[in-house]
Amino acid sequence: MAGAFQGIDFYDVDGLLDDEERMTRDMVREWVDDRLLPIIEEAYVERRFPTEIVPELGTLGMLGANLPEEYGCAGLNNVAYGLIMQELERGDSGIRSFASVQGALVMYPIYAFGSEAQKRDWLPRLQSGDAIGCFGLTEPDYGSNPAGMITTAQKTADGWVLNGTKMWITNGSMADVAVIWAQTGEVGDVPGIRGFLVETDTPGFSARDQKGKLSLLASDTSELHLADVEVGDAALLPESRGLKSPLMCLTQARYGIAWGAVGAAMACLDEAVRYAKERKMFDGPIGGKQIQQVRLADMLTQLTQGQLLALRLGRLKDEGTMTPQQVSLAKRANVDMACDTAREARRLLGANGILVEYASMRHMANLESVYTYEGTHDIHSLILGQALTGLSAF
Amino acid sequence: MEILVCVKRVPDTETRIRIGDGGRSIDPSGVKYVLSPYDEFAVEAALRTKEGLGEGEVTVTTFGDDASQETLRSALAMGANRAVLLEGAATMDGLTTAKVLATEIEEMDPPLVLLGMKAADADQQQVGPMLATLLGRPCATAVAEFEVADGKVVCRREVEGGTEVLELDLPAVITVTKGAYEPRYASLKGIMAAKRKPLEKKPVDVPESALVVEALEPPPEKAAGRIVGEGPDAVAELVRLLREEARVL
Ligand SMILES: Cc1cc2nc3c(=O)[nH]c(=O)nc-3n(C[C@H](O)[C@H](O)[C@H](O)COP(=O)(O)OP(=O)(O)OC[C@H]3O[C@@H](n4cnc5c(N)ncnc54)[C@H](O)[C@@H]3O)c2cc1C
Repeated sequence: MAGAFQGIDFYDVDGLLDDEERMTRDMVREWVDDRLLPIIEEAYVERRFPTEIVPELGTLGMLGANLPEEYGCAGLNNVAYGLIMQELERGDSGIRSFASVQGALVMYPIYAFGSEAQKRDWLPRLQSGDAIGCFGLTEPDYGSNPAGMITTAQKTADGWVLNGTKMWITNGSMADVAVIWAQTGEVGDVPGIRGFLVETDTPGFSARDQKGKLSLLASDTSELHLADVEVGDAALLPESRGLKSPLMCLTQARYGIAWGAVGAAMACLDEAVRYAKERKMFDGPIGGKQIQQVRLADMLTQLTQGQLLALRLGRLKDEGTMTPQQVSLAKRANVDMACDTAREARRLLGANGILVEYASMRHMANLESVYTYEGTHDIHSLILGQALTGLSAF
Repeated sequence: MEILVCVKRVPDTETRIRIGDGGRSIDPSGVKYVLSPYDEFAVEAALRTKEGLGEGEVTVTTFGDDASQETLRSALAMGANRAVLLEGAATMDGLTTAKVLATEIEEMDPPLVLLGMKAADADQQQVGPMLATLLGRPCATAVAEFEVADGKVVCRREVEGGTEVLELDLPAVITVTKGAYEPRYASLKGIMAAKRKPLEKKPVDVPESALVVEALEPPPEKAAGRIVGEGPDAVAELVRLLREEARVL
């Protein structure tokens, strides 16, 4: 196998990072080389999320790393957080998905919309990996348009009763706690959507593994059923107000995806370059053929653009001026770039490219999920179209 | 107990090295620098010793330029308590380095000084024993594991075909090899904490060196391999070549 990953950095992007950011990246990079890459192929083929890595993700501080230290988190800036996502997804999109859901879709809403008691109760054990969370927004009939959701939360004397079905929920079967978004008013009442912390051992709550996936195999994707699930008043995220709240979570997660996609693309380009130099066909290495050089040059160009896009987005986030539309642009562009890069790398590898021993096809298949979740590519087109024209095309 | 670990900034072992202009040093452009891997073992050993004793402080020090601060921060991120940068132009002369360190260490007077068995760049294995000599302290080199108790340190060394156990009176100098000391990852909290830990910069007088590097040359290109034949018929020829040409049999 290849030696330690050296990164792909044609434009000295490293020179734009500070010491902590580089140290963070280097640590996670080494961890992925040592701990994740040796097990990922097998986990992928066995279609299982490798739970054995969770404690170390926790002790090393990779879960919710950009949240404050007072809740046990590492308190990193957003660029360092992005670099963690980049390196994790260089390993596998399923592992990055786990970290994204835990950090951006479970810890973040507790941090942003939770009571102090909820924060103290959950954030330390979620950051250490002692507890796992999932985020239930999507429903069977409400994917791109969650505003129409039909999962309901009805007020009772001392709490709430939840009913409904959530689909495609990452970490769903292994979660200890689910952040469930439910309609507290009439269906279609967008401000009536609120978030609830539902412990998964509550009677009436059940999760079922989504069978038949051909993508993101090293990830738990499940369907959640809520049948008269009774929770106390303390389960409501008190500061959650309408659809805006889950969308704020998605902005956090999409931000991480924009970085993660760069990592997946790096893994594929790195593999393609190595292979192109070693594989001899006709009279020399295929890397010496013009067609493969064009292919590699295109990959490098797109990747470098994506790297700079992610970094600039991170700096804007750290300055506090980042807009959701800017996140849409980076999620859309970088995931598309990574999909192209993975597919081209797979093709360059010839027949070997369809094997699990090489990473490109695994990334290629994974990235199809990433293309679809967290706002499909098309939905981000519509967000950008609206930003440009002021006209909604949804 | 106070433990001092001497560390060095070296090119990452995965980096492709080019010889710089003048042929006496490497070209630093595009080279990634890291805490020397053997020094990482020494830092790990110091941290475990401190954790085992349940008390004490680990100080890391290096003799080098401003850029070496990053190397010290790496050790702080692993868990060292504080760092001292002995600021000056580092040389390839192990004795010069040992003298600079000895001057400082006499002042700090820590009972236990640890170093990596060798620096991953120059590979000389000199500084530890020279430092011990200058300090007049006992020295054990290439130690795989050690334990501190009752003013003594018991060291285990892997030697040809077995193990050697040495007991040294403190204060002592030990150079560490991998052995039991697989280094920990610096946690992200450790990296953030490292920013806030004290890092003292001390300009030092660098004694004149009696050693100069005359030339550095990359290793010769490897000659292409040769296939001497296929199947059992080729064995005799292979054995002949291994004996007569390669002279390995
Ligand atoms: C592996 C995986 C993990 C996931 N994890 C989670 C999770 O943890 N939590 C969660 O809540 N959800 C999760 N999702 C769900 C994901 O967010 C949805 O799949 C996504 O929002 C798209 O919804 P949909 O699949 O229903 O597609 P649809 O909304 O039905 O879209 C189908 C197609 O129509 C297009 N389309 C939709 N609307 C328009 C329009 N107005 N104009 C033009 N084209 C349109 C889409 O772009 C797409 O091509 C996950 C999905 C996957 C695949």
